[in-house]
Amino acid sequence: MSKVMIYGEIKAGKLKKTALELASEGRKLADSLGGDVTAVLIGPQAETFAPDLARCGVDSVCVVEAPELESYNSEYFAQALAHVIGEKKPEIVLISHTMQGKDLAPRTAAKLGVANISDCISFQLDGSKLVARRPMYAGKCYTDWVALGSPQMATARPNVLEVVENPKEGKVEKVSFSVDNGRPTYVTKDLNLDTSGKVDLTEAEIIVSGGRGMGGPDYALIEETVKIFGSKAAVGASRAAVDAGWRPHSDQVGQTGKTVTPNLYIACGISGSIQHLAGMGSSKVIVAINKDTEAPIFTKADYGIVGDLFKVVPELNKELKALLAE
Amino acid sequence: MKSLVCLKQVPDTETQIKVNPEGTGIVTEGIKYIINPYDEFSVEEALRLKEKFKEGEVVILGLGPDRITEAIRTALAMGADRGVQVAEESLIQADPCAVAQTLAAAAKAIDYDIIFCGHRAIDDDFAAAGAMLAEFLQIPQVTLVTRVEVAADKKSAVVERDIEGGKETLEVPLPCVLTAQKGLNEPRYASLPGIMKAKKKPIDRKSLADLGISLEPKLESRSYSMPQERQAGKKFEGMEPDEAAKTVVQALRNEAKVI
Repeated sequence: MSKVMIYGEIKAGKLKKTALELASEGRKLADSLGGDVTAVLIGPQAETFAPDLARCGVDSVCVVEAPELESYNSEYFAQALAHVIGEKKPEIVLISHTMQGKDLAPRTAAKLGVANISDCISFQLDGSKLVARRPMYAGKCYTDWVALGSPQMATARPNVLEVVENPKEGKVEKVSFSVDNGRPTYVTKDLNLDTSGKVDLTEAEIIVSGGRGMGGPDYALIEETVKIFGSKAAVGASRAAVDAGWRPHSDQVGQTGKTVTPNLYIACGISGSIQHLAGMGSSKVIVAINKDTEAPIFTKADYGIVGDLFKVVPELNKELKALLAE
Repeated sequence: MKSLVCLKQVPDTETQIKVNPEGTGIVTEGIKYIINPYDEFSVEEALRLKEKFKEGEVVILGLGPDRITEAIRTALAMGADRGVQVAEESLIQADPCAVAQTLAAAAKAIDYDIIFCGHRAIDDDFAAAGAMLAEFLQIPQVTLVTRVEVAADKKSAVVERDIEGGKETLEVPLPCVLTAQKGLNEPRYASLPGIMKAKKKPIDRKSLADLGISLEPKLESRSYSMPQERQAGKKFEGMEPDEAAKTVVQALRNEAKVI
């Protein structure tokens, strides 16, 4: 019987890694509760991804297909997900706190008359109650939340939960569902995806960020660092750099920008204000390069280099290139 | 062009957040409150729509106790026309469902073409009330909006939203809920004449009883804790750039094992 249900997000024809994170966590929770993990995939040929989910502990995969579900739409996807939840009656539903998840989870929860615990970094069980830990005040404190009502719904912060292989059957079940198109919704006109293969900051494993110390919009030095690291790395920026018009808003890391969780965060010419730290403080390893030895970022960096970034970063690039070429 | 803007207050971003000794919440003494930055984008966008259409109204809907009057007044000073305040203390720690229920109940008494919410509030970071509000009102939602073009007949809008690695452009029928993302606009400052005019603009106070609802919590917070304070690691000073770079790269590989 379905104890835990997870939603697998498909983007640009690929299953997002977040789906595997949820599957692994779902497996852990379901084992404690003594039940099954069901995954829900919505979209055309979604069953292609069943084996990936099975590998990470999913017992069954519900696949929902309909003409209106070819690409993401808030209302139709929420209807479909709410329908499957209504059919399978899981105790716990997990979705990823991605841009799609942020859109889908609350609408689905509202349809079901429950609320969603969003942006969770860890889960525990208190009997059959899901206790979800989430950061608040941009990570300045943590709060544990429980859901009152059923199902207990939560979204998990991407890149935090571990992917664990634990092969199960992953049996595909096609769920028949007709969308209620009497409900008004939007129509997607254009999907403008950066096809250069750049990874979004919230999904990057390595981030190299530039702040006021960059002195201007020329970020070629750190773009080079990112290039050396490869496809899982991205360029970030502090609020100062974004407000100065040097970098786009989508690059901003911080309390009023993006919260990131990379394995490695390299801050170049960034002083390390409370607001910036709020956005990158949960990076696994922090490296800081700054001319000012008093810069607050050094109080949080695992490795700090006091120096001119325009002299240090080229050397860093040289060393990294040599090391990674091995 | 009638816009409804939902707004709340959050602690100033400079605030040093401390958990109270019982672990039931944060210490609120001495906190300076500001309008949630994402809600400022909402106010600004609504004002721009009114200016574009050269007619209409911008209504500010604020949930919370007395101090939120100040926030509504600031939005009125920016140019909004009137405010509605649901002055219920329990809304401060309320979950997004309760917040959205209250917003929906208040919205039913307001004539609007479009509703703006912030993408998230920088205190609870739930990023949920706007979408839940849309569902309760049974209208479409578009979250993380970075551009809005309302059609001349006010029946639809072309909207741009953030997705990982790009943008999505879509057409949404009105009325709808849009949640504002950074980059939507640059909010204006309230001018001195604006501040003076705002003092005379009406703010209608309502209670939950006036709205005919009672709040049913759907989430419960169990404990508040402070994250482990991150400590400084190694700091390399007075080294030649190439030496420092080499040392750190080696450490990242052999010690931290992240590359």
